Amino acid sequence: MKDSYTLKSLAVLLENNKISSKEVTSEYLKNIKNGKELNCYNTISQEKALIDAEKSDERRKSQNLRSKYDGIPIGIKDLFCTKGVTTTASSKILSNFIPNYESTVTQNCDDAGLISLGKLNCDEFAMGSTNKTSFFGSVKNPWKSVNSDNELVPGGSSGGSAAAVSSDLCVASLGTDTGGSIRQPASFTGTVGLKPSYGRVSRWGIVAFASSLDQAGPITKTVEDAAILLDIISGHDEKDSTSSVNPKENYYENLNSDIKGMKIGIPKEFRSDKLPVSTQNSWDECANLLKNNGAEIVDISLPHTMSALPAYYIIAPAEASSNLARYDGVRYGLRVKGNDLIDMYEKTRSEGFGDEVKRRILIGTYVLSSGYYDAYYIKAQKIRSLIKSDYVEAFKKVDAILTPSTPSTAFEIANEPSDPVQNYLNDIFTVPVNLAGLPGISIPFANDENNLPIGLQLITNSFEEQKLLNVARNIEETINYSETPEKWWLK
Amino acid sequence: MVAQMIEGWNLVIGIEIHAQVNSKSKLFSSSPTDFGSKPNSQVSLIDAAMPGMLPVINKFCIEQAVKSGIGLNAKINKKSIFDRKNYFYQDLPQGYQISQYKDPIVGEGFVEIETENGQKKIGVERLHLEQDAGKSLHDQDPNFTFVDLNRSGIALMEIVSKPDMNSPEEAVEYVRKVRSILRYLGTCDGNMEQGSLRADVNVSVNKPGNELGTRCEIKNLNSFKFIHAAIVYEAKRQIKLIEQGDSVNQETRLFNTQSGETRSMRSKEDAHDYRYFPDPDLLPLTLDDDWIKGLQDSIPELPDQIKERFINEYSLSSYDANIIVSDKATSEYFEDVVKNRNPKLVTTWVTGELFSILNKKNLIIEDSPITSKQLGELVDSIENGKISNRQAKEVLEEMCESGKGALEIIDEKGLSQISDENEIESLVDNVLNSNPENVKKYKNGKDKLFGFFVGEAMKLSKGKANPKIVNDLIKKKLSQ
Repeated sequence: MKDSYTLKSLAVLLENNKISSKEVTSEYLKNIKNGKELNCYNTISQEKALIDAEKSDERRKSQNLRSKYDGIPIGIKDLFCTKGVTTTASSKILSNFIPNYESTVTQNCDDAGLISLGKLNCDEFAMGSTNKTSFFGSVKNPWKSVNSDNELVPGGSSGGSAAAVSSDLCVASLGTDTGGSIRQPASFTGTVGLKPSYGRVSRWGIVAFASSLDQAGPITKTVEDAAILLDIISGHDEKDSTSSVNPKENYYENLNSDIKGMKIGIPKEFRSDKLPVSTQNSWDECANLLKNNGAEIVDISLPHTMSALPAYYIIAPAEASSNLARYDGVRYGLRVKGNDLIDMYEKTRSEGFGDEVKRRILIGTYVLSSGYYDAYYIKAQKIRSLIKSDYVEAFKKVDAILTPSTPSTAFEIANEPSDPVQNYLNDIFTVPVNLAGLPGISIPFANDENNLPIGLQLITNSFEEQKLLNVARNIEETINYSETPEKWWLK
Repeated sequence: MVAQMIEGWNLVIGIEIHAQVNSKSKLFSSSPTDFGSKPNSQVSLIDAAMPGMLPVINKFCIEQAVKSGIGLNAKINKKSIFDRKNYFYQDLPQGYQISQYKDPIVGEGFVEIETENGQKKIGVERLHLEQDAGKSLHDQDPNFTFVDLNRSGIALMEIVSKPDMNSPEEAVEYVRKVRSILRYLGTCDGNMEQGSLRADVNVSVNKPGNELGTRCEIKNLNSFKFIHAAIVYEAKRQIKLIEQGDSVNQETRLFNTQSGETRSMRSKEDAHDYRYFPDPDLLPLTLDDDWIKGLQDSIPELPDQIKERFINEYSLSSYDANIIVSDKATSEYFEDVVKNRNPKLVTTWVTGELFSILNKKNLIIEDSPITSKQLGELVDSIENGKISNRQAKEVLEEMCESGKGALEIIDEKGLSQISDENEIESLVDNVLNSNPENVKKYKNGKDKLFGFFVGEAMKLSKGKANPKIVNDLIKKKLSQ
């Protein structure tokens, strides 16, 4: 493949009949085959994708297109239920599960004519930030340090979604973000990852991790593509009671990079001595850039930031412990025979879930137990309220907040900390955004001394996705980040 | 009776009623709720807890719960919260039941019941909405348990009373009353045999003046008879334990409908930790004042109000009124018949003869073989002297068997009472003329012979003569 396609660029090529959907889909299927080593896909929908592409080409011929983007192939995190296509959540317990229904988000993509290339690897039940918890093995980051040949983590939990976009195994992809699962892997792979406001995108048909935090969103090569894909997937869904009735905007059409007069907040609590110099420099440079482009930089305080991670690691496991109770071997998924009901439960869930999932179920069960509920769950909810009000106060002063996306760039798979709490720190900059229900985006800003992408995060007030995308677009336009990983897996 | 048995002991009873909401679809899904359908034929993706499925509240069920709350004279909470009650069981697909824990939709209220000592107010603690579980079928296969999810997700109202009842009779009266109110409102069909209404009964005993005893909960009672029997058994069991110097363990017990005994199901120590927490898939439920007001205005006349009206309008006794209004269909039937008729006569015929026929045939009034219109005709025939009370009973039985109307039967059987004075006079003359000896004896003071003359005249008329006229005429003739 000569060029790296985007939704925007491919739409033009398809429109001008420079390429057909079948051709471009075949090309990506070939890329997927050649990129097997990256382990991005759990399921490749080879046949279905080609048939769908042909149908799209027919629609184009008969001028009966579903949207401008009809025929463009994307990848789908293996957490979205897809009719007739295995949906595993990267867990053994669902490894044989084929839904007979389609999630609202993937249905929206289908309604726009997008072609699904298959299901992308992720951390098991979206629990993890390195992709190592997947039953199907780690995804490998397409990027490598210039100083080492060792394989790096792509981040997680949407590691497959981010790595696949970064390595051209799909044009764009769908991820989900509960505590940073879109933004952190986007940051690690030099891609754009957008987590919409809670309620902006339907959760119906997405395997639930933590219902009050989960939100689906796009991972793309550009901010423009993020706007395009958000247009396609967002909107009210009466099947999801937490879905917002707030009218959505036409994000791509209204996308502009005008930030004159905007106030951008820099939260002091996100500053840390432990932050790599290159990340700190990028953060400073970006603030300068925005200032030069007409924004005002304002120092702000989000005083409860440091309590976000502990609160998150109580609330998310609490909800998960209950959400995952349905995987009991009774109706679908793995069942390991037992002597009686309890024995069957124990064997099925012991064998079906991996260690990280078990850990979180145990934590969640513990914090909801009588006698601990007030000390943990209620307290965490109180912290959550305080964090929300931190942001409410902040957005009285500023239009958007700029932070690093992650406390480091991608690290080696072999070097993943064995202490889970160390690992949880990966999400320290992204988690508060989920707790507050806000939209956040990670965009690639520069590469560090090892030539690894550094991502920066922008945050706006709820349902201000347009403003968020506009500021991101301003940065993107100015820096024109165009680094791509060297395709070592092709050698 | 029971009072004697447990003399010297106080009985304290609290009841949780589980009433299935009368609704075509389930609490959080659009699946139908028809009883007796093929197993697993009424199960949506949500009811089966497929991955990624989300509950969406059925507004009609909310309406039904609020109406029920109004009927129970209870506080309607403008904000309530759905919680998850977590436990594992094969017929609980989600691994949790969506229920309401700390913030129920309906708060405190009360109902009034009739007791031996008059009216008594029984407090209602709360009413909350929750999902029903599926059904486990243990008897279909030697090695497997089968699960039917038709019931999974059906809306239930749990109505929790205060521990205000002190006898099995009061307990039964309370459940009867709540059931009746729900049926008047149309919020629960009250069908106990099908399990639409079942009760968990909490029983404790103590010596008057002492502090409350330890309570036991008896689960899943689905008839008034069982509620009564379970309480009697349980009270006796607890008294016996205490009298032996043992203590009562707080536990959940099951009632064996065959043996009439209760047995331990699980003790307090084995009680689940349900790990309740607000369901993050559902936003808090908020109701606005206008909407509640609208429902209040739509509430039909309820048994207590109808009873009062019957007493005022038709001069019914409190006892009769109570019997009639205890069931919506009965009070409607009664009102149909009583319109422009003698209330006393109608009451007697409805609560007496009609009820005894229904009882004998084991029918509910909705299935009565005699319509309210038909009974009205019968009452008219008595009222205008066409037939006597005794004849009317005969006619009613015939009506019941043949389905024919009263007038038709009276005609066919030639039952019409003779009230024509001339006709009766000739009968009487005939009797007196044929018995000159007895007339003489009577006139000489043998008063008892009066009955003989009446009997002979009635015999002659084949029982059709109006007895009052016969009496009057004989008296008149003999005194001449």
